[in-house]
Amino acid sequence: MSIALYRIDDRLIHGQVVVGWGKPLNVGFIVLVDDAVRASTWEQELYRMGVPAGIDVVFASTAEALACLPDWKRDPRVGLLVTGDIDTLATLAGDSQRVPRINLGGLHHRPGRAPRLRYVYLSDVEAAQLKALAARGIEVTAQDVPTAPPVPLEDFT
Amino acid sequence: MSEPLRGVIVSHAAVAQALLAAVAAITGVNDALVPVSNDGCDTGALAERLTQAIGGKPAVLFVDLPGGSCLTSSVRLARGKTDMAVVTGVNLAMLLDFVFHRDLLPADAARRAAEAGSRAIRTPAA
Repeated sequence: MSIALYRIDDRLIHGQVVVGWGKPLNVGFIVLVDDAVRASTWEQELYRMGVPAGIDVVFASTAEALACLPDWKRDPRVGLLVTGDIDTLATLAGDSQRVPRINLGGLHHRPGRAPRLRYVYLSDVEAAQLKALAARGIEVTAQDVPTAPPVPLEDFT
Repeated sequence: MSEPLRGVIVSHAAVAQALLAAVAAITGVNDALVPVSNDGCDTGALAERLTQAIGGKPAVLFVDLPGGSCLTSSVRLARGKTDMAVVTGVNLAMLLDFVFHRDLLPADAARRAAEAGSRAIRTPAA
């Protein structure tokens, strides 16, 4: 198998990730790429609490994820990779050979962001970043849970 | 403790509001609990909602699930504070017990509520 879902979600590991996507995809491991969480064992325990025993959780910095991504893609189990922001996944993506598609699962209101969907708020800079990723051949859609239809990038930017 | 504890129910969607309404309907107590939903929140926004709901008072945070954004925000907020405690797996039975035992220390009230909530989970013969 490979990484089945590359998700951007500012809540990181939470119910929609573990249950909403994890169950139907039969996920065997979750990779959380976040420099701050990687640096804090206490934060890692907090995120691990929400994950059932049968699912491994890997905490990686952006640099570690860049190095380990090929291994994760070769893992026989189904994987799910989540980042909390566009910058991190854009760094990992590089080009469409490394990350074929990106799932926007939750980017919420902050100063400077405007509502695009119920669960997606973007600044103009962030919208442009996503368009640039799409221009590299990466399929970018928004979809909070698997039972909802994916929304193409052009429909909300 | 001079001031009674405040209970803050932290949940997905409208679970917290519904539990609060049920407690009020059963006990008539209207001032012990505050509902907080994580709807539309990132972790920062949820922390703000929680801080507002707690209002600087001693509190027990009743979280719906033992993982996820409601829990992470609650535990971050309560970390290192003796006037705050967190319980997960909130149910109606634990809240009914809590509203009548708000004179305890937060950690003691949380333990008591967890025991009351656990005792309510049964599989009666039908």
